[in-house]
Amino acid sequence: MEYAIVFLPLIGAFVSGFFGKRLGGKFCQILTSSLVLISAILSFFIFYDVLTQDYSSNKLIFNWISSGSFHVNWSINIDPLTSVMLVVVSLISSIIHFYSIGYMDDDPHKARFMAYMSLFTFAMLTLVTADNFLQLYFGWEGVGLCSYLLIGFWYQKPSANAAAIKAFIVNRVGDFGLAIGIFLIFFFYGTVNYDEVFQQTPLLIQKQVIFLGIEFNLITLICLLLFVGAMGKSAQILLHTWLPDAMEGPTPVSALIHAATMVTAGVFLVVRCSPIFEYSQVALNVVTAVGMTTAFFAATVALVQNDIKKIVAYSTCSQLGYMFFAVGVGAYHVAIFHLFTHAFFKALLFLGSGCVIHSFNDEQDIRSMGGVWKKIPFTYVLMVIGTLALTGFPFLSGYYSKEAIIEFSYLRGSTIGYFAAAVGIFTALLTAIYSWRLIFKTFHGKYNNKESNLSSIHESPLTMLIPSCLLAIGAILTGILFKEMFIGYDSSQFWNSSILFLQSIPHEYPPTWLLVITPTVVIITIPIAYYLFVANEKILKNFVLKNQVIYNFLVNKWYFDEFYNFIFVEPLKKIGLFFWQKGDINTIDRYGPDGLSKLVKIISDKAVHFQSGYLYHYAFVMLIGFSILLTYLILY
Amino acid sequence: MTEIGLGHYLTLAAIIFAIGVVGIFLNRKNVIIILMSIELILVAVNINLVSFSIYLQDLTGQVFAMFILTVAAAEAAVGLAIIVAYYKNKGSIHVEQISSLKG
Repeated sequence: MEYAIVFLPLIGAFVSGFFGKRLGGKFCQILTSSLVLISAILSFFIFYDVLTQDYSSNKLIFNWISSGSFHVNWSINIDPLTSVMLVVVSLISSIIHFYSIGYMDDDPHKARFMAYMSLFTFAMLTLVTADNFLQLYFGWEGVGLCSYLLIGFWYQKPSANAAAIKAFIVNRVGDFGLAIGIFLIFFFYGTVNYDEVFQQTPLLIQKQVIFLGIEFNLITLICLLLFVGAMGKSAQILLHTWLPDAMEGPTPVSALIHAATMVTAGVFLVVRCSPIFEYSQVALNVVTAVGMTTAFFAATVALVQNDIKKIVAYSTCSQLGYMFFAVGVGAYHVAIFHLFTHAFFKALLFLGSGCVIHSFNDEQDIRSMGGVWKKIPFTYVLMVIGTLALTGFPFLSGYYSKEAIIEFSYLRGSTIGYFAAAVGIFTALLTAIYSWRLIFKTFHGKYNNKESNLSSIHESPLTMLIPSCLLAIGAILTGILFKEMFIGYDSSQFWNSSILFLQSIPHEYPPTWLLVITPTVVIITIPIAYYLFVANEKILKNFVLKNQVIYNFLVNKWYFDEFYNFIFVEPLKKIGLFFWQKGDINTIDRYGPDGLSKLVKIISDKAVHFQSGYLYHYAFVMLIGFSILLTYLILY
Repeated sequence: MTEIGLGHYLTLAAIIFAIGVVGIFLNRKNVIIILMSIELILVAVNINLVSFSIYLQDLTGQVFAMFILTVAAAEAAVGLAIIVAYYKNKGSIHVEQISSLKG
């Protein structure tokens, strides 16, 4: 069963990737979708087994590397954490596969698209089922590759290619950290298998190492390096710049890869390594700080963006920040719970945005929308559900997970915990504002699109709406259904040994005001947002005019891209140009291959004159040659 | 009166050899002259052989000279035949016009 879960998507990818032309796009769509669906259903069985019978297993596929004392296997490791990730990945993936049937209907490269999607699913599944860091790294790079391929899926668009390259390169920075982290683990532990590494960790707490001339605690250093990898993949601040650009890809890709699954791999990595992170308070504090900075930063940027997908992308970034500071305060199970609910409502929001874009005939700018909620009621309802869940409206899924994150940060009792809780609440406010801005600008107010007529706005086909409905159900119910199991009183029994809690989870109840404050803020925001964005836009316009500096700062995303361009891209470009023009062309080529060939040409041009055709010339040359030979023989 | 020694013979042979060689590539007119120049070169070699044969009191050299004369006669016959055949085909044995080796 485990084998089928992991390898069915690979088979689908293989078939539609290599035989897609012969089998036809439609067939490939249905084939890959059904295979992933089977895999999703099987994951549910596994999840059920884990839930009821504490099932856990480690199925060996084959030995990968066996060299000296270094042994690495390909294997499928099932534990509670993995089973949750399996369900998230395969379920969301299968829903989005079905959605793509409708969304990619008029695209000429359906088979290629489905092959990449299935390949991504396979890579993600190997990532979460790994029992060692090396297989994790394989899956990690696999999802990165598929992300690159899918962002650049519409390769005719230069912007898509640029975004794909950017995503790949920024991820390379993170992966470099992850790779060094794994090297360090191997160097000091002598193994990269999770079990052995986690067992040995308590023995190495005191060890100091010198890295780049600075003395570090070994565990802290390893954690920080692993976290750099997680930051790259999960688009945390400093390495986040690729995520908004990645929205150049088709919308199902954004939903699956850049919202629900791949970007959460970083969170998964940190939670998986909880037995290491727990021993380094410094690293956990860094994780918290980065997480809350990202949550806040991304939310402020989302306030002023105008591209519907970019808003949702920044919102993803912000929610990932939530997950990280949950991890940082030691609430790993809450982070996974938020990952779980977030996968549903964020995928829903993306699919909803896809429907909106589809309805508006590929318009993405929310300033050119508005006033259409009656024309596309179904999409409207879906988007509203997604938004309610995202903002943490009471009793929808986001409410439970986000509340829990804030509560746990507060209950941790440390300064950084209180600070994180405050940032969490404030970010929840910002989240509510930008989410409702998105809804009101898109569906309410005046109709603003000049290019297509109001009458041409149409509801999306059923193949797109039905998968979105499934996600909507998930977005509503996952919170209530799984709350007890994931983060309830007995949750540590469920997580078993897959997550290590060094400090016991606080069980006392937080003060009532903390419980009430977030939902209140979220609910109050709705009418305020309506007033600001629909009823009376003048206030906002005046506000923007008065605070032009802040507005520009936010519109330009805190000038991160400009900063990176200035610091890294431009100098590197100049160095590259220098080496290309001066080094390569003017030195190596000029005196190397080009020079040699020119020399040969000049000499042979001269030598051609010898071939006159006159017998006496040839005889003369022969004579000279003969005399030279003779002279040589006589002299030496 | 100086006695005529080996050196004189060799000098004579060298001069004839040089005339033959120069005759081959300075000649701009006639193929037959090339043939004659080759003949001169062979004769120069013969003089060398004979003079060394006498100098070293060894008859082998003179026997060899006889062989060379024979071969030279045969070679002259073949060379002239080639020239005749060539003239029949091209209508000229003017050296300046023989450049078909150029390709």
